[in-house]
Amino acid sequence: MGLKTKAKIMDEDGIRRAIRRIAHEIVEKNNGVENLALIGIRRRGVPIAQRIAEEIKLFEGVEVPVGILDITLYRDDLSSLSHQPVVHQTEINFPVTGKKLVLVDDVLYTGRTVRAALDALMDLGRPMLVQLAVLIDRGHREIPVRADYVGKNVPTSKKEVIHVHLAEIDGDEAVYIMEKEDE
Amino acid sequence: MVKRKHLLGLQELSKEEINTILDIARPMRDIIMRDIKKVPTLRGKTVATLFYEPSTRTRSSFELAAKFLSADTLSINVSSSSVQKGESLIDTIRTLEAMGVEIIAVRHQQSGVPKFISLNTKMSVINAGDGFHEHPTQALLDLFTIKQKLYKIEGLKVAIIGDIYHSRVARSNIWGLLKLGAEVTVCGPPSLIPVEIEKLGVRVEINLQRTLEWADVVNVLRIQKERQDAGYLTTLDEYRDWYGLTQEKLEKLKGKKLLILHPGPLNRGVEIDDYVADSPNAVVNEQVTNGVAVRMAVLYLLAGGNESGNVD
Repeated sequence: MGLKTKAKIMDEDGIRRAIRRIAHEIVEKNNGVENLALIGIRRRGVPIAQRIAEEIKLFEGVEVPVGILDITLYRDDLSSLSHQPVVHQTEINFPVTGKKLVLVDDVLYTGRTVRAALDALMDLGRPMLVQLAVLIDRGHREIPVRADYVGKNVPTSKKEVIHVHLAEIDGDEAVYIMEKEDE
Repeated sequence: MVKRKHLLGLQELSKEEINTILDIARPMRDIIMRDIKKVPTLRGKTVATLFYEPSTRTRSSFELAAKFLSADTLSINVSSSSVQKGESLIDTIRTLEAMGVEIIAVRHQQSGVPKFISLNTKMSVINAGDGFHEHPTQALLDLFTIKQKLYKIEGLKVAIIGDIYHSRVARSNIWGLLKLGAEVTVCGPPSLIPVEIEKLGVRVEINLQRTLEWADVVNVLRIQKERQDAGYLTTLDEYRDWYGLTQEKLEKLKGKKLLILHPGPLNRGVEIDDYVADSPNAVVNEQVTNGVAVRMAVLYLLAGGNESGNVD
């Protein structure tokens, strides 16, 4: 089944503004950056987390640690996948115990990825708290998960797909709504 | 990607498949290093080990690998099972299948038994060592350890030393190393080197000192005392003189650094001396840890593809 582009809902400026706003909200809600760390979920959560950290450094002058979380081994759909997903390394070079963690991903949809990420984090230690930041919230939750920071709420139908393009991975900056073509 | 239902040997795997397993073993090793050594990946799956030959190391390694991935495990020790009452291999397999086992690691003294089982079951079969044939997970953990220590396989000179004739570890290593671009020399007493082994693409050398001077990596095989009744060797002392890795022989290399592997268990004072086995160049304990990681990767890959049209 093919996908066709239905609409471009964010451009480079839109993405930058959303990430900057999330960075400010994180600092405000946590009364500063003390004990704070960001955890990007592979793949597109990682560059977003790094950009949030860069923004925070600009206006707070502090480098917030950024970790990379691979959740492949925590997925609950291994046997229904058509191919085994490649497992990558989790790279969190600081203890998570006692930290205020902000989990970062590009799109929040069913909530299953976040659930898996929470399981993975809890196996690494006992954070003081975990918050969630996403660039796009497209609804259709299957698990009671809510984001603390949202770049843009995008109501979608289940036939639609959100594609986030980031320079580090895709070479361009945009968010598209794609629609599944009828077979 | 590894689109297989079974892992029977390295002879049948492509270079890409071997590299995929080694790549996935890295994050698996990270899990073993954590405080909480457990991920939920294989929750609800059942893995059995069926060993017709005694083994502590390989069997525990498979079991831990399965447990770290949250699978349920079942260990059939043949010496105390109904096999002793005359149950046939196929009946044992059918029983395990009926109990809901999905993946089975088999060790058998006869070459080809894992292949035979794979043709007669719905379960995924992993060869945990068959006769003189193959021991693929041991070779994979050796490859992983070499890559971990020397950052590559391609272009390396690897010597396999000892009883090549009786060694499934040697065969699996040869397939794997050659596929990943290493040069391989086998070195041992002429009576323990199979005829025409050169046809596999390896060099044969009977002089250990020359081999050590040539090699970057040596994989020292265990002298299988239980298989020496047929008179292949004169005495173990003589073997040690000629082919044992001793302090004296390493000192003749004048500071050249060799990576030393051994599949264990060690016959100290026969194929390897204490001084060598306990030196920083010997990575026997790392091999054991890496063995669990590699087996986790294999279990993950075989379990993940079960419903997706496997080719094997």
